[in-house]
Amino acid sequence: MLSRVANSIYWMSRYVERAENIARFIDVTLQVILDQPADTGEQWEPLVRTTGDEEFFLKHYGKFNAANVLQFLSFDRSYTNSILTCLQNARENARTVREAISSESWEQLNAYYHFVKEASTSSNASADPEFYDRVRQHSQLFSGILDATMTRGTGWHFANIGSLIERADKTSRILDVKYFTLLRNVHDIDTTFDDLLWSAVLRSVSGFEMFRKRHHALTVHRVVDFLILDAKFPRTLLYCLEQMLHSLNRIASAVPSEQNKAIIGTKDLIRLLRSLDANTIIDGGMHEFIDSFQSQLNDIGQSINETFFKARSFSSSKVAFGTESGSPETGSMQTQSQSASPSSISIES
Amino acid sequence: MPSFNFDDYDTGGFFDELIRPNGKPRSGSEILVERISELPDEELRLRQDAIDKALLRMGITFTVYGDESGTEKIFPFDLIPRIVQAFEWHHIEAGLKQRIRALNHFIDDIYHDQHIIKEGIIPREMLEKAKSFRPQCVGLKPPHRIWCHITGTDLVRDKDGGIYVLEDNLRCPSGVSYVLQNRSVMKRSFPKIFADSKVRPVIDYPSRLYQTLAHLSPHGKPDPTIVVLTPGIYNSAYYEHSFLAQQMGIPLVQGEDLLVQDDCVYMRNTEGFQQVDVIYRRIDDDFMDPEAFRADSMLGVPGLMRAYRQGNVALANAPGTGVADDKVIYAYVPDMIKFYLNETPSIPNVKTYICEREDDRKYVLEHLSELVVKAANEAGGYGMLIGPHSTKEEQDKFAALIQADPRNYIAQPTLSLSRVPTVVGDHFEGRHVDLRPYVLYGESIWVLPGGLTRVALKKGSLVVNSSQGGGSKDTWVLADLDLAQDQSDVDKVL
Repeated sequence: MLSRVANSIYWMSRYVERAENIARFIDVTLQVILDQPADTGEQWEPLVRTTGDEEFFLKHYGKFNAANVLQFLSFDRSYTNSILTCLQNARENARTVREAISSESWEQLNAYYHFVKEASTSSNASADPEFYDRVRQHSQLFSGILDATMTRGTGWHFANIGSLIERADKTSRILDVKYFTLLRNVHDIDTTFDDLLWSAVLRSVSGFEMFRKRHHALTVHRVVDFLILDAKFPRTLLYCLEQMLHSLNRIASAVPSEQNKAIIGTKDLIRLLRSLDANTIIDGGMHEFIDSFQSQLNDIGQSINETFFKARSFSSSKVAFGTESGSPETGSMQTQSQSASPSSISIES
Repeated sequence: MPSFNFDDYDTGGFFDELIRPNGKPRSGSEILVERISELPDEELRLRQDAIDKALLRMGITFTVYGDESGTEKIFPFDLIPRIVQAFEWHHIEAGLKQRIRALNHFIDDIYHDQHIIKEGIIPREMLEKAKSFRPQCVGLKPPHRIWCHITGTDLVRDKDGGIYVLEDNLRCPSGVSYVLQNRSVMKRSFPKIFADSKVRPVIDYPSRLYQTLAHLSPHGKPDPTIVVLTPGIYNSAYYEHSFLAQQMGIPLVQGEDLLVQDDCVYMRNTEGFQQVDVIYRRIDDDFMDPEAFRADSMLGVPGLMRAYRQGNVALANAPGTGVADDKVIYAYVPDMIKFYLNETPSIPNVKTYICEREDDRKYVLEHLSELVVKAANEAGGYGMLIGPHSTKEEQDKFAALIQADPRNYIAQPTLSLSRVPTVVGDHFEGRHVDLRPYVLYGESIWVLPGGLTRVALKKGSLVVNSSQGGGSKDTWVLADLDLAQDQSDVDKVL
């Protein structure tokens, strides 16, 4: 498969997953607020923090209130990770590879984009929980169609890796921020409220029901154990990584797999997770754990880019790696590097 | 009371493709006209709406440049088809095959021995001043000596009912994807009318195109790697490039995806480099290879022409075919048909005045208000004067242009293009149309039964180009033999 095409499929699928997760974050926040006696505004700041883009937010909006945060995360065209921008990016990527994905999945993505674009022009869509529900459904429909209509070939595996790496990142982000918020309230422990918040976290990743089936009662340790280390629920960190590895192993590469940095990195991270339990993670500091996890995940993303997408020169098949990342605060999300896209337009008869 | 029927439809003194001057449907159009008239008005409107939505959903759109909110428009589609009767299609088909054969001879000739010039049929200066003549192509020998694999010839019908060739498009004619999509939309909208009308299928075009391309495989290599080369998503025909690649099941590549090493072309894959054998290129000669043509092209592949010259890769269409799109060269096609084939042209040209000739120029300058003047190398409805619709200032401007560079201009009488009933608000009105059939030249010459009917949606307008407010219609070529024969043709290639 063409490197450019693989790159676009991977990012198409990452952006769709990202839009879905942002909608999930917002939806769960709206739900939590409904269950609280008064809107203290407290819920909105952490939501922006999950993105790692507080600086951008503060510069453009200033105040953490519902209207600002919802506009920022849903429809801000100037913000790279708003739902609308994600959809626009996903669709532009899909447009460049229309011939490589099924028509049905393209049509769904196109309909999805038009739905969000339409909503962005209405005055109150961003405050409507129904809107976020529809966004989630559109994303799920897209993944379902992709899964049901595409050969399990290179293209599908790149799409799969794209959504899994994005999902692992987002699950870790929500855990990080919510954990922090919860600990702050650790002294005025109110079990009902605690339960409410943790169940909200689980709901935001559609994990509440599945968690209940396994654990019944909610405790912080169990939630942490479930979201990070459960090997069977499809949105946990471990699950996403193991499925990524499965797809990475099925993509032919010019680099042998024992030298393939994407595979090596994924294997290392899986090994690390498998060696941990909830106690160790919490004792060692949740934020530190998540931070290091995200940094390693970014490295894997970087390696995928270097191994499969980077235009290599014909003579040297050697691939250079540059890996540095890992910031103390929640880092910004990875975005697609812009390759030199054709800017001039040729004339056709 | 206006409504969607043909009782009050006025052909307005033009040749109407569906309705006779006496208001009765033409032979072959009876079923359509009768059934459409029976439909409740609301129904027809709903179907037109449904079609517009379907086109938007399928993303068959143009991006409106310079609009920040990413506005996209669909290429307007009108649901009343143009119908071509079987006997008339036979005439068109035969005429197009003849024309393409002659044009291919011509291109091969002018890049080699130039018999047609040596024997005085075409003056040397006419050729040398054609901007699209490519000295880089002199001496090239494309596989099977076929240059123009894919052609879209523009035909028009004048008031007298005759069909004429308006333009040859031998570079990268676009629009065939609309033919296929229009058809699929029409079949869904009017399944019964469609079935009863016995329309010839167009669905096999991608398979035929694939075969045409595979036929070019260098060194007779079996199962060649074929790709479509596009300038990218900013090109207005990008949708078509991706559609054709998808329908043929082959990669759609951009210049950056390819590279040339040791005079062979490779694409950059996730698993390494893969050799490319045949390229259906939708990039103009100028932009194709910065080494051979325009050095500032960012879209092309450096070294592509070297690989081509060595016969390690095939290009469709071959570089250099654009010379036949020159509107002065066009005027000589009937002479080419006589010269190369010793035949009489089946489909005539529109009468053409060549401004380089003194007598013609004098006539043109005196009759600017009646004629259509065209620049020899422009396409897309640009660089054109439509005399009867022009102001005195515009005419003066063109008079000056012609005198400054007579070789670059031709003129033709303003034709009374035929019309087809078209949905306008809550009723039908006649709108002018042309027809672009598509011709593939592989092992044999094949003409797609149908083509793109472009319609000038503005009242009275004669300009059908999509960039100038044109839309399109489905084109129904009726079967005359039993349908089974056509069907078995399709089965053979699918």
